[in-house]
Amino acid sequence: MRRTSFIAIAAATLWPCTSFAADGIVIGGKIFTESYILGEMAAQTIESSSQVPVTRKLGMGSTGILFEGLKSGAIDLYPDYTGTLAEAILKRPELKSLDEIRQALADMGLTMSGSLGFNDTYALAVKEEFAERHNLRSIGDLIPIQSAVRAAFSYEFMDRKDGYPGLVDNYHLAFNPQKINRMEHTLSFQAIDQNAVDLIDVYSTDAKIKKLGLRLLKDDHNYFPVYQAVWVARKSFVEKHPSEWEALRGLEGKISEQAMLDMNAEADIQKIDFAKIAAQFLGAAAPDSHGWLHEVARRTKEHLWLVGVSLLFSVLVGIPLGVTAVRFHAAGQAILLSSAVIQTVPSLALLCFLIPVFGVGTKPALAALCLYSLLPVVLNTFTGIRAVNPIHLENARAFGLNRRQVLFRVVLPLASPTLLAGIKTATIVSIGTATLAALVGAGGYGAPIVSGLSLNDVPTILTGAIPAALMALVAHGLFEVLGFMLIPAGLRRRP
Amino acid sequence: MLELQNIHKTFEGRSVLADVNLIVPKGATHALIGSSGSGKTTLLRITLGLIPFDMGYVKINDQALLSFTPVEWADRIGYVPQDGGLFPHISGRNNVALIAKMRGWRKSRIDDRVEELRKIVDLDAEILTRFPREMSGGQKQRVSIMRAAMMDPAVMLLDEPMAALDPLIRRSVQQELKSIFQRLGKTVLLVTHDLGEAVFLAEQITMLHEGRIMQTGTYRDLLLNPASPFVSQFINAQRTLPDAGELE
Repeated sequence: MRRTSFIAIAAATLWPCTSFAADGIVIGGKIFTESYILGEMAAQTIESSSQVPVTRKLGMGSTGILFEGLKSGAIDLYPDYTGTLAEAILKRPELKSLDEIRQALADMGLTMSGSLGFNDTYALAVKEEFAERHNLRSIGDLIPIQSAVRAAFSYEFMDRKDGYPGLVDNYHLAFNPQKINRMEHTLSFQAIDQNAVDLIDVYSTDAKIKKLGLRLLKDDHNYFPVYQAVWVARKSFVEKHPSEWEALRGLEGKISEQAMLDMNAEADIQKIDFAKIAAQFLGAAAPDSHGWLHEVARRTKEHLWLVGVSLLFSVLVGIPLGVTAVRFHAAGQAILLSSAVIQTVPSLALLCFLIPVFGVGTKPALAALCLYSLLPVVLNTFTGIRAVNPIHLENARAFGLNRRQVLFRVVLPLASPTLLAGIKTATIVSIGTATLAALVGAGGYGAPIVSGLSLNDVPTILTGAIPAALMALVAHGLFEVLGFMLIPAGLRRRP
Repeated sequence: MLELQNIHKTFEGRSVLADVNLIVPKGATHALIGSSGSGKTTLLRITLGLIPFDMGYVKINDQALLSFTPVEWADRIGYVPQDGGLFPHISGRNNVALIAKMRGWRKSRIDDRVEELRKIVDLDAEILTRFPREMSGGQKQRVSIMRAAMMDPAVMLLDEPMAALDPLIRRSVQQELKSIFQRLGKTVLLVTHDLGEAVFLAEQITMLHEGRIMQTGTYRDLLLNPASPFVSQFINAQRTLPDAGELE
């Protein structure tokens, strides 16, 4: 009786059981301003010329995630750069021309447009006053001060052959490794603004260059490859939607470097909506924005779905696993150990591991959340049952109760306070962790947080962070009520 | 009638019980006494069917333990654990009713039986609505006896019924227990380390030491004709007991 009410309540938390599978065209985008704007532009271009519904999955984690999404068919197209395609995706940095790259992509069932008109390459940037003080104009000028320079470089820049490793080779630079920090790209702007570092890597069309008064160091050696912006798409999409693809190709050569830089500045500095910026450029009216309330409601639904499913999973799988762990010692140790090991995998890494299996979108996010919420439930089930006084078990057997009756009438009720605490931990942790789901295009409260981070826009971040915190509070309250309903009265604290 | 015949039990190569024979006639109250380590707890668990034994028979009314399923055996032997052993998460009433509920009894039948037993143990109905943590030691004891008697077993087995009680109320609880046993009319075996309790409640006493039975008899037999020096020693250690001159 208590069991069934338990399951019923767990199921009730899953009310927003909507599917996120899209039948129309799915447009992806990376987690930085320019990619949001280009993604919006692609979406609006198709929307204005076609009836096919468009789904935006903008602000997805990294190049790798988007590319996996493209290959698996979770997204149909996204904006990228020739240099990135050659280096990070095809792993063939020798490919220079658009035709060569397009040829190589064709083998993977993909294709790409011509250049959209601008080159957004890597560049190194320092503050104007720092440049003046040390007389810096080009990258080579860093050599005299190389051991003293404090730098912050993005992870991708540090790891790409055409990024940091090739750069130091090419210019014979010898930075002090102790003074090179790896950090999230958007945070490095803050770091240089607050004089925490002297040197950062930037994209050459980034609006923050202007805003923060940074000077780009000239690439005398023409070391950085050309990064022409292009649309990358599945061949199957191009074949299925030829007129939409043509409409997108209509933007080829239309976006100048200055135009892109201005649009980035509008987003980053004036905090104008991506959709509005894209619409202005396309000379169209911005698509109806549904208002923040509608937006929060949609995000709430997505977030609840992510948390609810993973919670249901952790209860339905975690409790039996915990019970098994108590009954069979060796298996128990294996179960506890492996759920602990899962917990140590960083969430972003776990998401990346899961993409080849589950593609992009809600599925890998759900899989990751399920795995994460397992440990608290398994561990607390195990601990709770182990803490039950064995005398009660022996007595129950002496009264002729069978294993099932002992489990459901004695063991689980006695362990229920600990068990429920584990489920509560799992819930609250997964409300927090689910914000990362936005990085693989699963939406939820993470979407505004991710786009706000890339814009360095605190209000946008808060539209995701505050509801997430509120949801955690509500969950906390719900568990108090659940505790009242599920924990046998004899075990509750006296009023 | 409860019968233990020639029980042997070894544990990790060590003999824990050897050649234990004990008969409790129908309706009698019998005490099994021994200090800790004497094997009395092992014998109790064997009698309850919780652990296997190497040799011998446990029988109730001439039917052997091994011919029953665990449920059938449990319904023939009502168990009152030490300190009542009530499940802390459910009310007194639900503790009493649990076993019958598991056996699929209808609610009205359960209610009738609970009421019947409540009168026998002379307990306020209100006490049954309490959780074990809200009951006194004596109340827990009586609820536990109701639970043990619920399925109308042939034999009742009590483990250290007085051990957890305040010495000041022991005397009155002992008195109550004695009359409850009389009203229930069951065959009772109580396991204890306390000779005073054994003498007061039981007609016959079996003394167990190092897994063997030292002597079975009335207190008088044990006192006047001890079968071994250990029996005298054990009895003399209990100073509060009446000496031989005070016996009729």
